[in-house]
Amino acid sequence: MRANRSLEIGTGLFVLLGLAALLFLSMQLPANGLKFSFNKPAGYLVTAQFDNIGGLKVGAPVRMAGVRIGQVTRIDFDTNTERAKVWLRIAAQFNQIPMDSSASIDTEGILGAQYVSISPGGMPTYLKNGSQIIQTQSALVLENLINKFFANFANKSSPQSSGAGAKEHK
Amino acid sequence: MSDAQTASSPAVSDAVIDVRDVHYAVDGRPIFSGLDIQARRGLITAVMGPSGTGKTTLLRLITGQIYADRGLVSVFGRDVGALGGTELYAMRQRMGMLFQNGALLTDIDVFENVAFPVREHTDLPEPLIRKLVLTKLEAVGLRGAAHLMPGELSGGMARRVALARAIVMDPEVLIYDEPFVGLDPISLGVILRLVKQMNDVLQITSVVVSHDVQEISSIADYSYLLSEGRVVAAGTPAELARSDSATVRQFMTGAADGPVRFHYPAVDYAAELLETSR
Amino acid sequence: MSAASKAGVMELVRKTGLTGLFFLRLLRACIPALARPRLIIAQIYNAGARSLIIIMLSGLFTGMVLGLQGYDLLNRFGATEALGTAAALALLKELGPVLTALLFAGRAGTALTSEIGLMRATDQLTAMEVMAVDPMRYVAAPRFLGGLIAVPLLTAVFNVIGLYGAQLIGVQLMGVDHGIFWAQTQSALALKDVTEGIVKSVVFGAVVSLIAVNEGYHAEPTAEGVGLATTRTVVASSVMTLLLDYVLTAAFM
Repeated sequence: MRANRSLEIGTGLFVLLGLAALLFLSMQLPANGLKFSFNKPAGYLVTAQFDNIGGLKVGAPVRMAGVRIGQVTRIDFDTNTERAKVWLRIAAQFNQIPMDSSASIDTEGILGAQYVSISPGGMPTYLKNGSQIIQTQSALVLENLINKFFANFANKSSPQSSGAGAKEHK
Repeated sequence: MSDAQTASSPAVSDAVIDVRDVHYAVDGRPIFSGLDIQARRGLITAVMGPSGTGKTTLLRLITGQIYADRGLVSVFGRDVGALGGTELYAMRQRMGMLFQNGALLTDIDVFENVAFPVREHTDLPEPLIRKLVLTKLEAVGLRGAAHLMPGELSGGMARRVALARAIVMDPEVLIYDEPFVGLDPISLGVILRLVKQMNDVLQITSVVVSHDVQEISSIADYSYLLSEGRVVAAGTPAELARSDSATVRQFMTGAADGPVRFHYPAVDYAAELLETSR
Repeated sequence: MSAASKAGVMELVRKTGLTGLFFLRLLRACIPALARPRLIIAQIYNAGARSLIIIMLSGLFTGMVLGLQGYDLLNRFGATEALGTAAALALLKELGPVLTALLFAGRAGTALTSEIGLMRATDQLTAMEVMAVDPMRYVAAPRFLGGLIAVPLLTAVFNVIGLYGAQLIGVQLMGVDHGIFWAQTQSALALKDVTEGIVKSVVFGAVVSLIAVNEGYHAEPTAEGVGLATTRTVVASSVMTLLLDYVLTAAFM
């Protein structure tokens, strides 16, 4: 009976391990909003509001001068301002970021993983837990850029302003 | 039952196993051509014959693992060839079979091997199974080996465990496939005594397939001698011993040459020697 | 077509038919076999739990190689932040199911074939028949079911360990951002990708187990016959796994 017991325990462990792995793969991996907490960053939370966050994801890094200082922990929509509200967790040792620093959403590499970039301001007071970064710049959405470019291009090549030009063609 | 009675050989109303005019061939090579064998209730019937005469094939016919091309194999009065899967399994539950090498299940111990048919076919409570298994193991003298694995047993012990397993469901018929092969004299004596004992004490009808003439003749009630797919002689061991048939004499005495040739068929010896030296 | 190759084709057709019929018998035997979970548990242990170490090690190294190669490749395009996605897709859709099936065939499949072959050679299967116990139900079906259950679980373990192996190399060694690695992986993976991997692993588990049990069951009852059957198990499982992998990949496109 002892041999039976260890066999059952071994099988049970194996099946549970396998099921846990299956669950991880099917539930956690493809879903958004999962926190992989390996090195749970101690630090402070600040918020920033953007007109458009583009493809920013929870887990994306927060960088200053290219150095990683924290990560995006939550993204929400603020119904009052109708803007995107992003929570940034900044590591504790970076505790001297000026209050008037600005945040922008930049694109890394050719495939476009987006991150939050912080450019320091000059005020002597620093961001602390619960602060909000006022100055923000939205993500550059490639399609918008292209549209703008072609719109400008069209304006310059036609003799009148765009509104008049459209009428003239009639 | 009625068609079995019409056959030519001496009618025996108490035949548990009745093989009549059976023909069987493998890939066109005939194994049996008109085989007649009866095993009567409560007796030990011996089936003897040189190697390669299809003795094991006969057992497979009787247990319904293969079917005769022609003729009738009936067990307990029912045509084995006509039985459906469930009926066949029901018939097999009334039989026990001892394999040449024991055929114990290697992944469970001796106790579980003997308990195997009981667990598979009944819902007996554990204490009862325990008693039953230990009784049977005691009968073959291996109660002390209950916890051993089949790999730890000697050939003779494995065969005794297999015997305990074969009788655990109290079968009406016991079939032995070459039970004496490869045993030392002591183990052989033990098996021989057990075969006799099972027959005497439990009144089990026994069919023993063997080519160990001396051993089997000492316990058999009736013997069949097979050669080339048919019965060449039948009778009590004493009758066979007195037979003046050359085939019977050769087999009973173990002479190297006789109707069963020592030499494999070949061209003339002298001629071949001359040919190769050319 | 020569006579010899004609005979070869006929033999292949016959063997395919034989395996197909065996599969049907096996499926039928699986239903009563489910009433004996203890036998199936023992086989999940034999086939699955005892393959776990080799699967975990293989998964780890496969993931680490993916981390290195993937980083090297993506670095040429300045797209190393896609490393997690690349590794996850490669593992979940292809490498996990295929490598697990191949390893399973080598580790557990061969063991199944030789075990059943030896049972055949030592008359154990015949003994069961004569004891009115169907060996399809008692021997074949639990082993088939055990393999069928074990392979998808092993594949999942392989994938998870592989992902962490890729992460180990990509993030710890090559300095890809940790958050980006996982965030990109999550956003790029669809449930369909995961499903594809799971479907593949179930199919591979069924095929490899079927081949292993079939070869053992029909092995020539000699030492040489069992050895040959074991070899055939590895060859047939590997070829069938890769062939079906293509078919399934195409079906999921």
